[in-house]
Amino acid sequence: MGRATKKDQSGAATAFITRTKAIRRLQISLKDFRRLCILKGIYPVEPRHRKKAGKGSSAARTYYMVKDIQFLLHEPLMNKFREFKHFMRRLKKAYGRNNLNSVSRIKKTKPKYKLDHIVKERYPSFIDAVRDLDDCLSMIFLFATFPHTNILETKFLLMCRRLSVEFMHYVISSQSLRKVFISIKGIYYQADIMGQTVNWVIPHNVGFAHPTDVDYKIMKTFVEFYVTLLGFINFKLYNTINLHYPPKLLLNETDNEEMTEPVVEEPPVGANIRTWKKKAKRDPVKEARQARFVERETLEERLSALTQTLKTIGSSMEEDVQLDHFPSSETDNPDNIEQAKQDLQDMMKFQNLFKGLKFFLNREVPREPLVFVIRSFGGEVSWHESQAVGSTYKETDEKITHQIVDRPSMEKQYISRYYVQPQWIFDSVNAKMLLPPADYFIGAVLPPHLSPFVNEQDGDYVPPEKQKLLNRQRGIEEEEGESDMESDDGADDDNDDDGDQGEDAEEADDSDDDDDEDDDDDDDEEDDDDSDEEVSFKRKGDMDAGPSKKQKKDVQTTMSVEAGHIEKDDITKRLQHQKAEERKLAEMMIPKKKKRLYNKIMHSRKKKTQEALKLKQKRHEFDRKQKMEKKKQSAS
Amino acid sequence: MASKRKLVDTSDVQDLSDDTNLFVDEPPDDSDVDDNDTTDSSDSDSSEYSGIGEEEESDSDSDDLMDSEDDEDDDDDSSDGDDGDKDVINTVDDSSDDQDLLQSVTNNGENIEIKTEVKDDEINQHLDNVSSKTNQNKTKSKRKNETTISSDKDKTNDSLKDGKIKNEPLDNVDKVYDEYEEDSSDEEDIRNTVGNIPMQWYKNYKHIGYDVEGKKLIKPQKGDQLDDFLDKADDPNYWRTVLNQLTGQKIVLSKDDVSLIKNLQKKVHPTQSNEEIFQPWVNWFSSEKMIHPLSNQPAHKRSFIPSKWEKLKVGQMVHSLKMGWMKPSKTEEEQEKEEEEEDDMSYYMIWKDDEETEFSKRYRQHIPAPKLSLPGHEESYNPPPEYLFTKEEKEKWESQEPSERRMNFIPQKFSSLRMVPAYSRFINERFERCLDLYLCPRQRKTRMNVDPEDLIPKLPKPKDLQPFPTTQSIVYKGHSDLIRSISVDPSGQWLVSGSDDHTIKIWEVSTGRCMKTLNVEGRIQCVAWNPNPAVCLIACVIEKTVIMLNPGLGDKLQLTNTDNMLKSHQNTEQASDSKVPVSWSEFEDTDYEDGYRLKLTHGFDVTQVTWHGKGDYFATVMPNAQSRSVLIHQLSRRRSQNPFSKAKGLVQCVRFHPVRPFLFVATQKYVRVYNLLKQEMSKKLITNCKWVSSMAVHPEGDNVIIGSYDTRMSWFDLDLSTKPYQTLKHHKKAIRQVSYHRRYPLFASVSDDCTIIVCHGMVYNDLLQNPLIVPVKVLRGHTPVKDVGILDCIFHPSQPWIFSAGADSTIRLYT
Repeated sequence: MGRATKKDQSGAATAFITRTKAIRRLQISLKDFRRLCILKGIYPVEPRHRKKAGKGSSAARTYYMVKDIQFLLHEPLMNKFREFKHFMRRLKKAYGRNNLNSVSRIKKTKPKYKLDHIVKERYPSFIDAVRDLDDCLSMIFLFATFPHTNILETKFLLMCRRLSVEFMHYVISSQSLRKVFISIKGIYYQADIMGQTVNWVIPHNVGFAHPTDVDYKIMKTFVEFYVTLLGFINFKLYNTINLHYPPKLLLNETDNEEMTEPVVEEPPVGANIRTWKKKAKRDPVKEARQARFVERETLEERLSALTQTLKTIGSSMEEDVQLDHFPSSETDNPDNIEQAKQDLQDMMKFQNLFKGLKFFLNREVPREPLVFVIRSFGGEVSWHESQAVGSTYKETDEKITHQIVDRPSMEKQYISRYYVQPQWIFDSVNAKMLLPPADYFIGAVLPPHLSPFVNEQDGDYVPPEKQKLLNRQRGIEEEEGESDMESDDGADDDNDDDGDQGEDAEEADDSDDDDDEDDDDDDDEEDDDDSDEEVSFKRKGDMDAGPSKKQKKDVQTTMSVEAGHIEKDDITKRLQHQKAEERKLAEMMIPKKKKRLYNKIMHSRKKKTQEALKLKQKRHEFDRKQKMEKKKQSAS
Repeated sequence: MASKRKLVDTSDVQDLSDDTNLFVDEPPDDSDVDDNDTTDSSDSDSSEYSGIGEEEESDSDSDDLMDSEDDEDDDDDSSDGDDGDKDVINTVDDSSDDQDLLQSVTNNGENIEIKTEVKDDEINQHLDNVSSKTNQNKTKSKRKNETTISSDKDKTNDSLKDGKIKNEPLDNVDKVYDEYEEDSSDEEDIRNTVGNIPMQWYKNYKHIGYDVEGKKLIKPQKGDQLDDFLDKADDPNYWRTVLNQLTGQKIVLSKDDVSLIKNLQKKVHPTQSNEEIFQPWVNWFSSEKMIHPLSNQPAHKRSFIPSKWEKLKVGQMVHSLKMGWMKPSKTEEEQEKEEEEEDDMSYYMIWKDDEETEFSKRYRQHIPAPKLSLPGHEESYNPPPEYLFTKEEKEKWESQEPSERRMNFIPQKFSSLRMVPAYSRFINERFERCLDLYLCPRQRKTRMNVDPEDLIPKLPKPKDLQPFPTTQSIVYKGHSDLIRSISVDPSGQWLVSGSDDHTIKIWEVSTGRCMKTLNVEGRIQCVAWNPNPAVCLIACVIEKTVIMLNPGLGDKLQLTNTDNMLKSHQNTEQASDSKVPVSWSEFEDTDYEDGYRLKLTHGFDVTQVTWHGKGDYFATVMPNAQSRSVLIHQLSRRRSQNPFSKAKGLVQCVRFHPVRPFLFVATQKYVRVYNLLKQEMSKKLITNCKWVSSMAVHPEGDNVIIGSYDTRMSWFDLDLSTKPYQTLKHHKKAIRQVSYHRRYPLFASVSDDCTIIVCHGMVYNDLLQNPLIVPVKVLRGHTPVKDVGILDCIFHPSQPWIFSAGADSTIRLYT
């Protein structure tokens, strides 16, 4: 027999450490500790048993893993923080003595730190990093829009801008954008990068007051790490599709001339302000330097225009990935391969949604998101050259197919092109096909913009517009898969009786929903009023009607007509009743432990259906009102 | 600063005034006079007073002093006059010009102070270092009838000295003199060593002080008033002669001195002429580099000697440069270039393709932060109309706490994209996300993805467990108040019911006809048909009495058998136990005709009567009778006995074991099982409920069900444990009665919620297999009266039927 284990010397008691103790062990200030946690990605952990972790006390404390804290002990950043502390002390002293010479000297010795090693530590493999990209992108895109303050230096913000532009270029070149959504908060994007779904949101490009109840220093610390992370990710991503990493533009000579020529006199929107300032001082000595700056700046500007394609490493080969042909007989299920092939084709089609289309953006539409989306799907885009650098063709170009307009009317219109509102672009992308532009013409009342991120399950409310869209998508599919459908129908015909019974039961369910409260899952199917399903039901019903009627007639021979009719109702009701009763009785026997869970599930289901019902009613009401108004209008 | 100068007349050259004031310039003094500590100021003063000192007169003054004779004063003067004749004459002229000045100065030999206010700036221009000390001088220099020169010792000395030294270069005013030569501030006035005291202290002495060697300085001869007068008349310099108080000598002021005084009075610059003042400004101390130094003061010694400390510091620097600790600082350009390069080159391939990724142990514990949920339709800038808030919803949203809200925004609709404003809480939301990422404790939670169907236990379908009662087939109506108890006869042909309307009714089961009604006095608590098929006897509890009834229905033979049995018993001796407060009696005559047979009168209210399986013994319960609450009676011997000597709680219900000599006694919370033969308790069942209402024993005797007022029904397996094998909480209200079917594996419970729940309860002979309990049917039909639903239920002895008696005064049969 071993020695008796002592209390609090193993297990949760030693695996967790409170924050105060952690700070004491690390010998740093709380501020530094927080910074370190942000940079190193260390977070508090909720122990499974608070009492055990707290050595008997279950007070509300923040616990960290002891391992994490030990891991922090070896962090080289800790030394840098200490150095920085000393640096600040020296600087303060110098300021206090008003010793400006030494201030400037000390300022030069400001300790710098790099976060490269942390990136590798936190994300050992590239996929991990891509998986965690959501917050990173949202923050960097947000910071790219910030004005510089005394906390946020210009250089830092410019770096954010640069990285965000680079990332957008990657998405364009790799055609990995999948979904776009304009919400009232901002514009959401979803991209498929290395098989990972990455979502990010950028605010609407409109000025707004910056809140004061936000600690920008904390956000900055996050972004500090994110900048490093996104830089490395960009590098890797560019490498995977054979692009130069600090991106280079693929320019022809005319472009080059153009590029050197317009050294605009106003500070560009997103470009390097520092260099701009430098440029303002005309100094013959710094001519060369200035030239370099100008070059850099124009490059950055042109990059941020997003219209140019990037230079690839080596020969820019048009790689058309042909799927290797596997003989379908050899594999286990040939359907899978067929399916994969189909999917790939669909995907290719989707990625080149705007291929061959030429867009022209009017002044009033948000340029960057639209250019980003259009270019991601293979379209060509331009704008008036006075608006920003990077326009590629003029409004007078005859080949323009669509002009994106967001104003109630326009005087001069070309007949050769569609004038559509920007929502058309986004809706088309989400629908994975070019929607008829008629709904989106200039001045038209737009159809609702639906979120592409919602995947309605059974029982959820599906707005009619979404249903329409689904039908439209399915309609195309149905053309392809006509034969399948038919075969299905045939099968239905064969086992008529079963179908009949099932339907009966279902119908019975409908009618009796009000009675039983718990039987929520049954009425799920009925709540989504998918019109096409109803149609199919009807058709089936017609088919089924024949044989069932015959059966009934057989029964009716022994009974009077009316009594038979009543009997029929009774049967269905009884069956239904019986089912419900059986279920209720079965529910009775759920043990107490599971009963709570069961009730919870049923409760949530019930709530969901209620919500769906509410929305449905609201919509119904709305439609009714609209109809009334129309009638009124037509009458008057 | 206001400097006051005293003008004291010594003699009057001018005819205008009899007494001429001779004024002495009292040089402004910044040192503390009393302390004689003038080293600081004298340094600076020297230059200023140089102008004054360049005088012949002062020079002569000093000569006079040397001679210490009055007479020679004149000579000297004259000689001086020879040398600088013009000067003197000029001064005279000047003085005559300045008559007004002098006029204003004195009258009648009295001292008159002339306060010369010199403006700050004027003084400052040239007398930079002069500071205010004159207040002290003022008092000091008030003297009467004396021509005094009150002056600071040092200053006088200075002027004297200057005069002496400057004798020759006097003519050449423009000449640049060496300012360091006259730096004699440290010297004391060695002519008189008395110090800075009021000289009137020496008024009555012959001497005026002491020289350096300690010898007395004899006062110079001082003429009387007549001499004075004569002097006034004769001496052309009389008007500018002043007395040095310290030495008692007369000094003739030089031309410059006089002009200085005049200037002061005119409030113009004391020493400089207008041209000088308005000379073009030369910026000596400009940023321009001059070839020549401003002063030809030789460089200080320390500028020739290399600094030791510098040397040490440089040494250190050189060393650290050599060691590579210190790097030469970069120029701005270099730095910028470097930074740019850094920007470009700061990223590299950190994840190599071929690299095997090492996952640290820590990494495996990593709990990734959950991703933010993606927006739904309602967040769209142009959502479908049903997602927009109605007025009530909006109000509700606004009234809710931010944490309670389902959405943190109000859905809005914009007709076009250009109308969409910025979302004001965008940054806040990002910030909150940041906070969540680093402050929020993370926990791994396994998400239950459970199909609720899986939670329902797999039990045989009720369909497969038939037969059981399913539908209500007969309603027995006739009672006018709630029916407390019913009982079926062993053949299943008759049903007896006892009600609160003081009647006992006997029904035919198959037709629902009331065969007999017996009116009794009091409420019927309980009725129980004798289970012995050979006997037809009903035990009824009417308040404190238990009555044996022969209903007189059915087989005649059986009826006569019953009567015979009762009669035969009559013969035997009654052994009445005094301890048992029960008296047996028989009914006679009409009552006998009606079917009443025996009457057992108890001391307390009886609530229940129950037969033993064989039909000879029966037990009654009197909950209020303490230790006598349970009594066992023997019908054949007409004997009653009290099996328990001690009360163990409020007895609710008793049952006999169907085959073995056991008695189940249910108190509020426990069921005790007594072995009647051994006279001991064999088991105590813990019911886990608060108040047991009823109890039923399985026909095989190994299982017991308990119904309780707290809606629970517990199934006990006596072989298994003393705790419930299963507790069923199916009823929503108190359970009133439970019962087993005698032949089918069925049991039922009735409750105040007006339901009868029939369960399939299969008991296996195999000890290893637990009983199977499946609820098979919920029967409804009764209506509640005053919150009381069904009071009693009983299965048909042979058929899978169940009877229930409710508070709505009906009995229902479900088949």
